[in-house]
Amino acid sequence: MTDTTQTSRRVVVTGLGATTPVGGTAPQTWEAIVAGRSGVRTLEQDWVAEHELPVTFAAPIHTDPLEVLKKVEVRRNDPSGQYALIAAREAWADAGAPEVEPERLGVAIGSGIGGVHTLLSQWDTLKEKGPRRVFPLTVPMLMPNGPAAAVSLDLGARAGAHCPVSACASGAEGMGQALTMIRAGRADVVVAGGTEAAIHPVCIAAFAAMTALSGRNDDPQAASRPYDVDRDGFVMGEGAGVMVLESEEHARARGARIYAYLDGLGMSSDAYHITAGEPEGAGAARAMEEAISDAGLATTDIAHINAHATSTPVGDVAETRAIHRAFGGHTGNIAVTATKSMTGHLLGAAGALEALLTVLALYHRQVPPTLNLDQQDPEIDLDVVTGSARALPEGQLAAVNNAFGFGGVNVALTFTSAS
Amino acid sequence: MALSEQEILAGLAEIVNEETGLEAEEVQMDKSFTEDLDIDSLSMMTIVVNAEDKFGVRIPDDEVKNLTHVKDAVSYIATHQG
Repeated sequence: MTDTTQTSRRVVVTGLGATTPVGGTAPQTWEAIVAGRSGVRTLEQDWVAEHELPVTFAAPIHTDPLEVLKKVEVRRNDPSGQYALIAAREAWADAGAPEVEPERLGVAIGSGIGGVHTLLSQWDTLKEKGPRRVFPLTVPMLMPNGPAAAVSLDLGARAGAHCPVSACASGAEGMGQALTMIRAGRADVVVAGGTEAAIHPVCIAAFAAMTALSGRNDDPQAASRPYDVDRDGFVMGEGAGVMVLESEEHARARGARIYAYLDGLGMSSDAYHITAGEPEGAGAARAMEEAISDAGLATTDIAHINAHATSTPVGDVAETRAIHRAFGGHTGNIAVTATKSMTGHLLGAAGALEALLTVLALYHRQVPPTLNLDQQDPEIDLDVVTGSARALPEGQLAAVNNAFGFGGVNVALTFTSAS
Repeated sequence: MALSEQEILAGLAEIVNEETGLEAEEVQMDKSFTEDLDIDSLSMMTIVVNAEDKFGVRIPDDEVKNLTHVKDAVSYIATHQG
């Protein structure tokens, strides 16, 4: 019988892929993030003026999918599916295209919103041209698990094609699902992550209506400013982040490069409010504590946190309280960064992209800076990396990535360095 | 003025290329949509609708199942074009 205890099935990261507002690949994205480059810009689409949107900027994808995918792949996939395919193929190639039985290869790619562009463009088609002109692939393109399904078809993955849907925690939950699958012995390799393509006038209007978005139309690149006293909301981003996760045994047997270990998962729900996080951060703290104990570590082992930090006035403070709650006196020793300051908030892909950046921070022993932190909010007493990237010490390192979502969802992941 | 069968074939090949990515020259009269060109029923519906727009014909859903080969579609369009 297969021994499926976590100690015997540690999970490693062997491949990385991303398409984001700052780069068309994972290395391009990392290079931009370490250099502190913003992907936020004024939107050029006609619909911004047509609908008199109160917010006129976002962080759109850096590289047009048509530059990477075949025309027919673009036509038959919602943008959220296109981004997932691009990132998954990059991650797969980066992992060395592992040889694995199809029944031992899984997919877990979350999405917060699903194929909103497809749904709404086909609604327009229905109204303008009638039912016969509605694209026959509308349903598989709009379903949130469409991207996971497309990747599973592309790679021939038959151990399961999952799509956790938990708003802005979806991507992190994808990683968590993969970890659970490999530990349970259901798969040896899982392609995991998150994708989102929600830069659509309805989504902008809706997030603006709840005053969640920054309104800094005159200076978009300064709009995403986590922890700064002048922060006024998040900036909508889009893209995908995907990792190849693998049992250590499988990766070692094939001599794969190991970026880091995914050693811990913590999840909780606030049951407090449909959108607002619980202000004292109790649930978020519990997710972090679980993620660390699940990794067999103590909170004092954590050197770095890639925070959820969306740049909203309330959310950033609540997460700070959660970090203090979880880490106590060790809090000041942790190098915290908020990479949404450059990428904007990728919603269902955010947790995946930031998990990937956490892995690269451990791999390169470098914590990327937080952009636009001109004056740190006195309520946020964290050691935030600003200005330029900060080196991490040699030796065994561990880091936590947080992702929180509407609905009161809290997910934390613990990664440890490969050496 | 009515289009020739060759002109219809060329137009249909463009539609198939757009929908499936198949090279237009693959789309020849004697090819079966499903067996040779690997076009599934969902793609076929899109091709039919686009052909209706391009050639100004109406292809009833009941008729689509009879269009098994490229030549069937070309011939249907040739005889029903407006």
